Amino acid sequence: MEITLLINGAEKKLNVEPRTLLVHAIRDAGLTGTHIGCDSSSCGVCTVVLDGKTAVKSCTMFAVQAEGHAITTIEGMANGGKLHPLQQAFYDQHGLQCGYCTPGMIMSAHALLQHNPSPSEDEIRFGLSGNLCRCTGYQNIVKAVQQAAQMLQQPVGTAADD
Amino acid sequence: MIPAAFEYKRPMSLEEAIRYLAERGSDARVLAGGQSLIPAMRYRLAQPAVLVDINQLPNLRYMQQEGGMLTMGALVRDTDVEFDKNIQSRYHLISDVSRVVADPIVRYRGTVVGSLCHNDPSGDWPAAALAARAQLVIQGSRGSRVESIDDFIVDSFTTSVGEGELVVEVQFPIPSARTSGAYEKIERKVGDFATAAAAIQIELTEAGMIKDVGVAVTAVAQKPLRVAEAENILRGEKPTLDLIRAAAAEAAKIADPNPDARGSAAYKKDMARVLVGRGLIKTLGRLGVVVA
Ligand SMILES: Cc1cc2nc3c(=O)[nH]c(=O)nc-3n(C[C@H](O)[C@H](O)[C@H](O)COP(=O)(O)OP(=O)(O)OC[C@H]3O[C@@H](n4cnc5c(N)ncnc54)[C@H](O)[C@@H]3O)c2cc1C
Ligand code: FES
Ligand code: FES
Repeated sequence: MEITLLINGAEKKLNVEPRTLLVHAIRDAGLTGTHIGCDSSSCGVCTVVLDGKTAVKSCTMFAVQAEGHAITTIEGMANGGKLHPLQQAFYDQHGLQCGYCTPGMIMSAHALLQHNPSPSEDEIRFGLSGNLCRCTGYQNIVKAVQQAAQMLQQPVGTAADD
Repeated sequence: MIPAAFEYKRPMSLEEAIRYLAERGSDARVLAGGQSLIPAMRYRLAQPAVLVDINQLPNLRYMQQEGGMLTMGALVRDTDVEFDKNIQSRYHLISDVSRVVADPIVRYRGTVVGSLCHNDPSGDWPAAALAARAQLVIQGSRGSRVESIDDFIVDSFTTSVGEGELVVEVQFPIPSARTSGAYEKIERKVGDFATAAAAIQIELTEAGMIKDVGVAVTAVAQKPLRVAEAENILRGEKPTLDLIRAAAAEAAKIADPNPDARGSAAYKKDMARVLVGRGLIKTLGRLGVVVA
């Protein structure tokens, strides 16, 4: 069936079956930043954000269900050439090694910061506990989210560039 | 893995949803948060011919306190409960559960009612609903009925919801000022189902006696279990450590767990006892009672 998905602000017309998982529709639309890491809805690397503030595992939702919702993937985070504060902070803090979990981690952190703009370390660890990372040991991911939260709290125009 | 093909229905009204469910009978399944159903379909453990997606239905995502009840519509997500300030301050058992169901991402999508309907013996909401004495509103083409959680839970993965019916609401009695609760869960890692868990709710009299109590356990039997003997031991009594020990022992007596990767049957049986004891002590602590 024909569906129209709003992904990162752009309308994409797609031909899917009802059983097509959202993650496959997103990747088939050319947006391969959203990864697939498991078959059991448990790793979180496929996380995207619906309607600006709800994190969902795109492998555990059908593409047809996403019609009428605004989907944000990792490709929608940077503004032109400028990295989103979360991306910049992951870069600055070495919040990634292989990078496989990073898109899901950033999308989850994005939803977390919508609900709790200045989370404590414990709240970050709790809030990201649905995202698995096999490389970093999480320390620098937590630091990155702390940095991003700070950057996002600063009034527009005063964000440090370093 | 990709689910088997199915026909997708997206009703825009409750009547339309019920009509599809009635027309297609056992071929049709309700799709709520999808956090249990979609994984089951991906493993081909479930292959429904028709999915009736209720996510667009209007007016099912509400939490209200009315007529002595907290009512939650069928589309209330776990995170709606987890983030709610009123739940955090007054509904201690429900608040505890809302933080340990699955993982944070699953909770954005999974619904409380969907979890009750799924009725996984390892699911967290059914035991909580037992301890809190919840009831459900089930709607079919001929009207609606209200059923206690005890009648609703029939067997593992089986509820009293019939063909052509769906659950529109769950209701929890509003706790009095002298009521508290707790949910104690052992899991191997975040997002794992319980190895064992216990749900507790206690109401005290002004004099500090146990007026009413709910005790239920997760993942230690074929279905979520009310530990009625523990409730009988506690009700009407003054809380003491001996009383709590006696009540907790009842949980191990009726537990009949399957051994699996999470633990042996003997271990899980004993954890039912330990967790009921911990939950009772935590609940009393929240009521300002230190037992000795
Ligand atoms: C990685 C992972 C970890 C998890 N860990 C836990 C855990 O630790 N504890 C736990 O309790 N759960 C856990 N779950 C399950 C999760 O909480 C589910 O969201 C929940 O059990 C089902 O809710 P749902 O809204 O997603 O229902 P769905 O998956 O949409 O539906 C589940 C079943 O209920 C039926 N149904 C749903 N709503 C209705 C209705 N209104 N009327 C009639 N029938 C209905 C459906 O037809 C289906 O048979 C986990 C899930 C995942 C993916
Ligand atoms: S791919 Fe692992 S949770 Fe979606
Ligand atoms: S950076 Fe490799 S999995 Fe997280």
